[in-house]
Amino acid sequence: MQPDFATIFPLRHGRVHEACGPAAAAFAAVAGSVTQGMTLWISQSWAGETVNPLGLAPVLDPALLLSARTDNQTDSLAVAEEALRDGALACVLIDITRPLNLREGRRLQLAAKAGGTTGLCLIPEGMGSNAAETRWRARPLFDPDDNDSTLMQWEIIKNKSGTMGTWNVRWSQEARRVYVVSPVGFRPGTEGTSC
Amino acid sequence: MWFPRLASDRALKARPVEAPFALSLHQQNTDRIYCLNQHAEGLGLHRGMSLADARAFCPTLVSQTARPDLDARFLAALRRWATRYCPWVAHDGADGLILNVTGSTHLWGDEAAMLQDMRQRAQRAAITLRLGVGDTRGAAWALAHYGSTTGALEPLPVAALRLEPTTVTALQRLGLGRIGDLAATPRAPLARRFGPEVLRRLDQALGDLPESINPAPEPPHYGVRLTFPEPIGLLGDVMGATARLLDPLCAKLHRDEAGVRRLLLTLRRVDRDSQQIELRLASAMRDPVRILPLFERGVAAVDAGFGIDVMRLEAVGVEPLPVQQITSVSQDQPDQLNDLITRIGTRIGLENIQRFLPADSHIPERSFTIAPAAFSDPDKGWVCLRPRPLRLFPPEPLTAKGAAPPKRFRWRSMSLTTGRATGPERIAPEWWLSDENWRSGLRDYWKIDTREGRRLWLFYTPQAPAWFVHGEFA
Repeated sequence: MQPDFATIFPLRHGRVHEACGPAAAAFAAVAGSVTQGMTLWISQSWAGETVNPLGLAPVLDPALLLSARTDNQTDSLAVAEEALRDGALACVLIDITRPLNLREGRRLQLAAKAGGTTGLCLIPEGMGSNAAETRWRARPLFDPDDNDSTLMQWEIIKNKSGTMGTWNVRWSQEARRVYVVSPVGFRPGTEGTSC
Repeated sequence: MWFPRLASDRALKARPVEAPFALSLHQQNTDRIYCLNQHAEGLGLHRGMSLADARAFCPTLVSQTARPDLDARFLAALRRWATRYCPWVAHDGADGLILNVTGSTHLWGDEAAMLQDMRQRAQRAAITLRLGVGDTRGAAWALAHYGSTTGALEPLPVAALRLEPTTVTALQRLGLGRIGDLAATPRAPLARRFGPEVLRRLDQALGDLPESINPAPEPPHYGVRLTFPEPIGLLGDVMGATARLLDPLCAKLHRDEAGVRRLLLTLRRVDRDSQQIELRLASAMRDPVRILPLFERGVAAVDAGFGIDVMRLEAVGVEPLPVQQITSVSQDQPDQLNDLITRIGTRIGLENIQRFLPADSHIPERSFTIAPAAFSDPDKGWVCLRPRPLRLFPPEPLTAKGAAPPKRFRWRSMSLTTGRATGPERIAPEWWLSDENWRSGLRDYWKIDTREGRRLWLFYTPQAPAWFVHGEFA
């Protein structure tokens, strides 16, 4: 039995979550967008991939995004803790390159709780921390019908306060929110679709 | 005070040479001599002569490029030094100072003793100095440039009256070579012939017309220091002392409607070692309550040794910060965000906290710019005409052939099958900017939705046939 998506997706405030998978960046953009406040994206300066603000614009307004470039992960975590604790930002996105230990993950949780800020770590597959509130795996899906589709499969693979679930979602640029869509091949009503 | 060789004296102080020395300045397409030392002048060189000629006359000439901006700073430093003789010191042209020593000569005994002191100090600093003392500003200038410190004005040439060179030549042609001759001439014909300028300068030199001395105002100084009877070393003590330093500094900033952007806290230890903490702020501010916590990280990193006995706080970067009306519609919490940027900036550098600004270009990498958040304002003007990928990476080559998008391909050791290809969108390089990555010419961009899910942004270069992956869509 999977939980209701509306109770779980605007990620819980004051907690640090994790996202992995090929569409983790899109997940992060959506998570930052639904908080409707300033977002800080912390990444390490040697990373070759850059986020493209024009690609981000349909989801998250680039004017609301700050980016911090750090030299190593220790600096990234220090900046993240400071930003989470402060409360001036609505969402903090952290690019993680090595697994967090329990102490680091817990410190981020405490900082997020103190500031009431949502934190989201973008982790490589299988590098999750035990302290995370939820962990999501996001991957893009092929949509045979729509040309400009943003169809994705979001799967919650760790949940401290609930059960797991899988949803196919799509970002609607007009409504600026995510819609849950039925899995392909199952028409609503014919199969036991729970979402 | 006239410094006839101000520029060359400054250059020679930095790098002394024994040989003939000249500074050259590029004027009217030639290098001309701007200033030269006594040795070079003795060899027959003069100002305004071209450097090539001077080298022909004197093969051993050592030359440098003149720096009039540094000369101006040197003169400003000399002006501050000259305030030891009297408080009223002004610049006089590019190489002179004018001092109103009325009432301050007795501090050196008498006038002659003061002049002696000036000469000795200038000689010790290896600066050529010529002095003139007169009852008026004009007389002092004339005596410094053409006379011998003190004496009468009458035997001096008319050039000592600060006149245009053409006027001087015309006066000399009329036989009026000396100031005394000029003073004895009837005034009306002189005024008719040369205009009021000659008579005005003459009257100013002789004291019939007043001429004021206007020293430039001292630039405001934002620095405070605190000296302790006993050295301190505890974190709380140092922070308390910093708070006591911040209060008067911020009060002064408040009075001048200025805000500080960069602060330097110098801690001098009892063993004469000193440590500096630099604080760069994300926005100009002058509120001591907000600035003080930002020092915590820097102060905690200081090694106090046997204790700190002098603290000095200086506002290095100061910007105008007018008082602003707070309204009900003003932005919420920009101050809190700026404080956060400052605090993060002390750890990773203020330049590393960036924001994106739109730029007018079709080239994907140049359609936005990255600016430090502390020195830019957010821009709302984002226009996205065509879908663009969420992540851009340096182009990664694919092994595919032909102008049509490949049916299946391998990318990052994944084998992918094309489900739908949208395109092409042709983007031409900007020929007015040379970019190494766009040497391969035109690019035809395709959005490839793969059956495996990944939505990639591929491009094909028709002028040098090859396929690349450039980005990934959401």
